[in-house]
Amino acid sequence: MSGPDVAAEAWLVWSVVVPFLAGSLAFLAGRRLRIAAALFGLAATPICTAAAVYTTHRLGPVRYRIGGWGAPLGIDWLADGLSMLLVGTTGLVLLLAGIHAVRSIRAPSGGEQKSGTDAQPTIAYFWPLYFFLWGSLNALFLSNDAFNLYVCLELLGFSSAALMAQAGREALTAAIRYLFVSLLGSLLYLLGVALLFGAHGTLDLQALRAVASSSDLAALALMTTGLLFKTALFPLHFWLPAAHANAPAPVSAALSGLVVKASFYLLVRLWAGPFAPLPTADAAAVLGTLGAAAIVWGSVQALRQRRLKMLIAYSTVAQLGYLFLLFPLGAPHGNLEAWTGGLYYAVSHALAKSALFLCAGCVVWAAGHDRLADLKGIARPLPVTMFAFALAGVTLLGIPPSGGFVGKWNLVSAAVRGGHWAYAVIIYGGGLLAAGYVFRVLAPSLLFQKSPAGLRKVPWPMEAAALTLAIAAVLLDFLADPIFAFLAIGRPFAAVTGGLP
Amino acid sequence: MTAAQWLPVFVVLSSLLPGIVIFLLREEAYWARTLLNLTGAVLKLALVAVMAVGVFQGQTYEARFPLFAGQDLALHAAPLSLLFVVLSSVLWLVTTLYAIGYLESSPHRSRFFGFFSLCVSATTGIAMAANLLSFVLFYEMLTLATYPLVVHRGTPEALRAGRVYLGYTLAGGALLLLGAIWLTALAGPVNFAEAGSLANVPPSARGVLPVIFVLLIAGLGVKASLVPLHSWLPIAMIAPAPVSALLHAVAVVKAGAFGIVRVVYDVFGVRLSAELGLLGPLAVLASLTILYGSIMALRQTDLKRRLAFSTISQVSYIVLGTSIVGAFATTGGLVHIVHQGIMKITLFFCAGNFAETVGITDVRRMHGLGRRMPLTAAAFTVAALGMIGIPPLAGFISKWYLGLGALEGGSPWAIVILLVSTLLNAAYFLPIVNDMWFRSRPEPWDERLPRGRLETRWLLLAPPVVMAVLVAAAGILAEVPMSPLEWSRLITGLEYGR
Repeated sequence: MSGPDVAAEAWLVWSVVVPFLAGSLAFLAGRRLRIAAALFGLAATPICTAAAVYTTHRLGPVRYRIGGWGAPLGIDWLADGLSMLLVGTTGLVLLLAGIHAVRSIRAPSGGEQKSGTDAQPTIAYFWPLYFFLWGSLNALFLSNDAFNLYVCLELLGFSSAALMAQAGREALTAAIRYLFVSLLGSLLYLLGVALLFGAHGTLDLQALRAVASSSDLAALALMTTGLLFKTALFPLHFWLPAAHANAPAPVSAALSGLVVKASFYLLVRLWAGPFAPLPTADAAAVLGTLGAAAIVWGSVQALRQRRLKMLIAYSTVAQLGYLFLLFPLGAPHGNLEAWTGGLYYAVSHALAKSALFLCAGCVVWAAGHDRLADLKGIARPLPVTMFAFALAGVTLLGIPPSGGFVGKWNLVSAAVRGGHWAYAVIIYGGGLLAAGYVFRVLAPSLLFQKSPAGLRKVPWPMEAAALTLAIAAVLLDFLADPIFAFLAIGRPFAAVTGGLP
Repeated sequence: MTAAQWLPVFVVLSSLLPGIVIFLLREEAYWARTLLNLTGAVLKLALVAVMAVGVFQGQTYEARFPLFAGQDLALHAAPLSLLFVVLSSVLWLVTTLYAIGYLESSPHRSRFFGFFSLCVSATTGIAMAANLLSFVLFYEMLTLATYPLVVHRGTPEALRAGRVYLGYTLAGGALLLLGAIWLTALAGPVNFAEAGSLANVPPSARGVLPVIFVLLIAGLGVKASLVPLHSWLPIAMIAPAPVSALLHAVAVVKAGAFGIVRVVYDVFGVRLSAELGLLGPLAVLASLTILYGSIMALRQTDLKRRLAFSTISQVSYIVLGTSIVGAFATTGGLVHIVHQGIMKITLFFCAGNFAETVGITDVRRMHGLGRRMPLTAAAFTVAALGMIGIPPLAGFISKWYLGLGALEGGSPWAIVILLVSTLLNAAYFLPIVNDMWFRSRPEPWDERLPRGRLETRWLLLAPPVVMAVLVAAAGILAEVPMSPLEWSRLITGLEYGR
């Protein structure tokens, strides 16, 4: 094997191994050393990720055969533009959420019984779980084997549930509900995988692409339904708001920004890869209609919430709806704009939504609660936090300058070309609803009032992390050209769009 | 690309960068903030002046940066861009001075001047946008940057005004975006070019062009406050006087009107717009707005509200000139972009001075102001007479050209609109002027500021006086090279392909 490929594969492997390594170290380390292990992971994982992204950019798509076996006997990884874009996004979001967590999460100390405060919850095994989550996300994005993907999904579900469970009673209830939904989703997905294996004797996505036929529709339907549970597409979103809103802020950021995107990513992989010719326009229209309903329902609910984090969580329900519009707009004979636009929107939302949750974390830190009614005039003591909130909000509105603008532009352009007028209206109508709930937070924060008494000073790294993510979401407006070029590496959507990538 | 090509970018950055730094300043850092504000404003004016002279000598300036799908973020200095960008940089400098005087010792000044600078950066971006995508980008930025200024007072009424403002402008923005995307899907990236840029649209697709035109104009019409999309403007009057001045004269309302000019002339082209039969309805809408605004202005008793409805009426002169085919009407509409700007900003400065100095906001209580505040009252008088269209002031030039254009373009009914509107202008401005100078006030003034040698703070006094001089100069010196009128004629020649 030639030199450059080895380098490329090495970075891919490291970007999965290092987070698991850091997690294991944090698990084994004592109280003192745990933070050292965490800092090691926070520094090393993004470096490996960046190097892997860069080598993909330089050398093109990489297929990595684990242990050199190769499919169908062994397991293959595939690093193309799509998977590496998400690996890169994960690196950025989890790095910054991790910086926030260094200050905002407390490890339990010996003999302590209380579970911390709302502002600074005590989470046992936070760092091991956090890095397992990171590693399983990266592994999921890189895997190209239906069963291996299942394993990653399960790992992701367990680490998510454990991370969200410890912040009080409500969080525990929500986490248990999430765990059951997640298991149900995985089970449905696994049934689909079993059907596929029975029919074709292979689970490599590349190999399946050659043999998939209309007899696999049942398998595809099972897998899709399972993934819809995990992605919380309306009306399967019932578990999401409580789970995301009650978790500690950095965990919420990871869950809302990345974990729901992972199952969405898998859905995109399946629909644009091995099963590209199978789904009918009707099936795509069902997903699109549910997506549209999610936009309306999630936004209306967000407009009615009394707690900041619940509002942000319902906003996730709405924003996930946009992602599902790419199926009717991009499949079965759709154009590339819908796919790239939808993915770009997913990445923009990952950055913006994690920024919003980190902002909420800063607010909770300062005020000790997140009741909207008692946050009037909060922009005065927390200008940086609320400025970051506003910047991240621009992406949700889908207006420039923001990555959300580019994503929506492409989705609407695809809708206009395909004559899907209703979707075009929903996309911008949803933007107006988003303005409603974003300014529900921003407007009262600008009121001239005496600042709420007894505010705690927010450590600057927490605010800086939120602001960095928000600025990144805005900068995506100006990085669209290179990122679209990156997304085209390996032509991940070639099967569904035909023509040029 | 040479350094000169980047001038348009530097013009935007000259207010954007100071704005960002101002956000980081502490509230008490008065001198640092003032220095940044003024350096930015003077620098912008100097850069714009260099560009204007360059363009006059035939130089072109254009900077491009790829965004996505073959579309660029592009800024250029076409003659039409310069008309607007010169206006906004002059008025920004003056308004900054005024705002420094107006907001002295009020809270949240760093926030105010930060967003103020963002607002002007967005406006100059709108002026120099070389394609529809760039225009939309800065247009939406303007919406967001203006919101904190509208709600600046932080009272529940201010928040309500902000909500109405956002509702209208964001909905308008969505229509504009939809139109822009549709047009781009049909014609590829839409560049602004004199005489239009839709030559490559296949004839089969012509049928949907009117729909796209309506979407674009409706989206822009919200900010331009065309009836029936105007309701937000009087409500947004709650903002501090410098903001109202900026909103009405350069930034928001003018951006909408400028956008309509861009769409008619540089996207569709005046010939295609006329062929598709789109200009007639637009002219009717503009006329309705002119009459409605004037009639409503007559019924207001609050000075700022009266001025707000007057803006609704006056900005539609620009739209009217745009929607009548013919060189005179075009020139009249274009020159009114500048003339309305300098006249209206003078009036708002004066209104702010009356309110800040002696607490007068009601048009029925203005008698004796000519004696108490002679310079402000004189500036108000000049601008009001200009608005009515008394020769040789700026407004007269606009109305004269619009009238000639109405005859030339075969729409003599527009002259009737102009005449009726002029009578209404006189009816709502002349009584104020009369009260100020020829009636006296028996009771003592309710002094809000410490009395000094001047009638009010000098930073509040100088801006309206300077602007009033400009109002007179724009009329008297209309035939001088590079005057607003001559510049508008130059643009007109280009738009009609001469």
